[in-house]
Amino acid sequence: MTVVVAVAKRAAIFVVSLWVASVLVFLACSALPGDVAQVILGIGADPASVDRLRTEFGLDRPLIIRYGEWVGGLLTGDLGDSYLTRRPIGPDLAPRIGVTVSLVVCSMILAMVMALLFGMHAALRRRHLDGFLTSAGSQIGLAVPAFWAGILLVVVFAVGLRWFPAGGHVPLSRDPLGWAHHMVLPVVSLTIVQSAVLTRYVRSAFIEVLADDHIRTARAIGWRQFPALMRHGLRNVAVQVVTVLGLQLASLLVGAIVIEQVFALQGLGTRLLDAVAQRDLLVVQGIVMLLVLAVLVINFLVDLAYLAIDPRLRTPGGTR
Amino acid sequence: MTEPVLEVAGLSVIFGNREPAVAGVSFAVEPGERVGLIGESGSGKSVTALAVMGLLPEQARTSGVVWLAGQPVLDRPDAELAALRGNRVSMIFQEPMTALDPTMKVGRQVAEVIGLHRRVARGQTRARVLEILDAVGLSGPARVANSYPHQLSGGQRQRVVVAMALVNTPDLVICDEPTTALDVTVQATVLSLLDSSLAEAGAGCLFISHDLAVVAQLCTRILVMLDGKIVEDAPLAQILAEPKHPYTRGLVATARIDQVPVGERLPTVADFWSRDGDVEEELR
Repeated sequence: MTVVVAVAKRAAIFVVSLWVASVLVFLACSALPGDVAQVILGIGADPASVDRLRTEFGLDRPLIIRYGEWVGGLLTGDLGDSYLTRRPIGPDLAPRIGVTVSLVVCSMILAMVMALLFGMHAALRRRHLDGFLTSAGSQIGLAVPAFWAGILLVVVFAVGLRWFPAGGHVPLSRDPLGWAHHMVLPVVSLTIVQSAVLTRYVRSAFIEVLADDHIRTARAIGWRQFPALMRHGLRNVAVQVVTVLGLQLASLLVGAIVIEQVFALQGLGTRLLDAVAQRDLLVVQGIVMLLVLAVLVINFLVDLAYLAIDPRLRTPGGTR
Repeated sequence: MTEPVLEVAGLSVIFGNREPAVAGVSFAVEPGERVGLIGESGSGKSVTALAVMGLLPEQARTSGVVWLAGQPVLDRPDAELAALRGNRVSMIFQEPMTALDPTMKVGRQVAEVIGLHRRVARGQTRARVLEILDAVGLSGPARVANSYPHQLSGGQRQRVVVAMALVNTPDLVICDEPTTALDVTVQATVLSLLDSSLAEAGAGCLFISHDLAVVAQLCTRILVMLDGKIVEDAPLAQILAEPKHPYTRGLVATARIDQVPVGERLPTVADFWSRDGDVEEELR
């Protein structure tokens, strides 16, 4: 029963957040200076024809009506038509979603695996030189901007050694090997910062858990240190790390936009930047809403993960 | 004469460059014997216990000899010690609220202690878990086994911890202030539970406390620890009747407030002993 209530509560929060986000995204885009009609017709165009084009796009109508139309479309999965290309936005974005998702998901998984390994090592060996070096290494990784890492990787591994292509994308469904080959450098450059951030969280979470009374109990009943940590510490670490993972997703998406530029990947990020430059606001709104949706869905899943991990949240009498 | 279950000789423990936490401590616990180790916080009681269990943090430096159930403990590989812990020797800690894993049902946590040291079929393990939970006075053992720690009270949790410590019938149980975090009524029931369970298991006990009144209920011999050294080692009756060290005299006087004449100030340890060396004995 408590589980049902807890899930319902989080689902309600999800829906409300999504609605608030749609209002904010719409208002922010409306407030942007610049005008798509002006961009299409050029700086020297006469005001009358600019006004005519604005009327044709429906941009002269009140905000509330335009918002209603846009959200109504979103609910049926219709993102509207691009002002510039006059083509529906949804089908235009569909193939790009795959590019961005594979970039983000691969980076997330790789970053998580590396963070667990390095973070645990840094925590368990924190009083030794090697643990200190791991910790210091994560500090350096934290300071490296993703785009710089990307450029450096291209110079060394694409231009210099010619091991990997410097850019471009092959769909996974067409050629899995080619896809992987093209994804290596972008994923690695995005992963460097992410894994460094997560490593620090995993390290401090493990250090905290190591000092927990119930880990001492586990040792006292006959577990050796590492198994004790795996059996009785990992869940408690997971609660903390999963939280950060949800929060990091937003910064990962921002990183992906930059990395797509560096590696000329035809993903959502490159399209977003183009659309902003061209004041093609419906495209901007559509992409930003997709990104918001992704972040909210992940954070909703994070909340559900808490319920799975921590019994104090799903059984009566929990005081956490 | 049988071999002691625990023998400590010249044990010293040093953390970093500080004064030794434990400085040349020697004592033994005979099979089935109950020894109380008392002293104020910071006197080195808990460090002694952790050294005996081989659970000191890695930055601690030790010297001396510790024999546990006939095996040397200090500087032995962790695998060897892990086989002893929870099996031949077990430990009950102070904090029942946090000593158990919050994410695991307590039945599984008790079963783990069995599974770590015995090859037993699952059905038998379950039966043994329920049996021991019942033996430590938990009503409805099946329901308790199926609960998470947060669903139990402090007293119930400490009973679970006692069950975990006794389930493999160890030779020695080390109790580190096991009742300090409990309220007085629960304290009394847990003490009498420990008393009967230890007797039934025939286990020796090293009982650590700062409270002479608590130790007196359970132990037959008392070690008084002060600044990392054992300053007095005598049978309980002798400690109570004729304490030798001024610090012990202070402990006895403060534990027997029923002997203070009505209206007079309660004694404190400082009346008998102070670290500056000038012992005030005006109460005599």
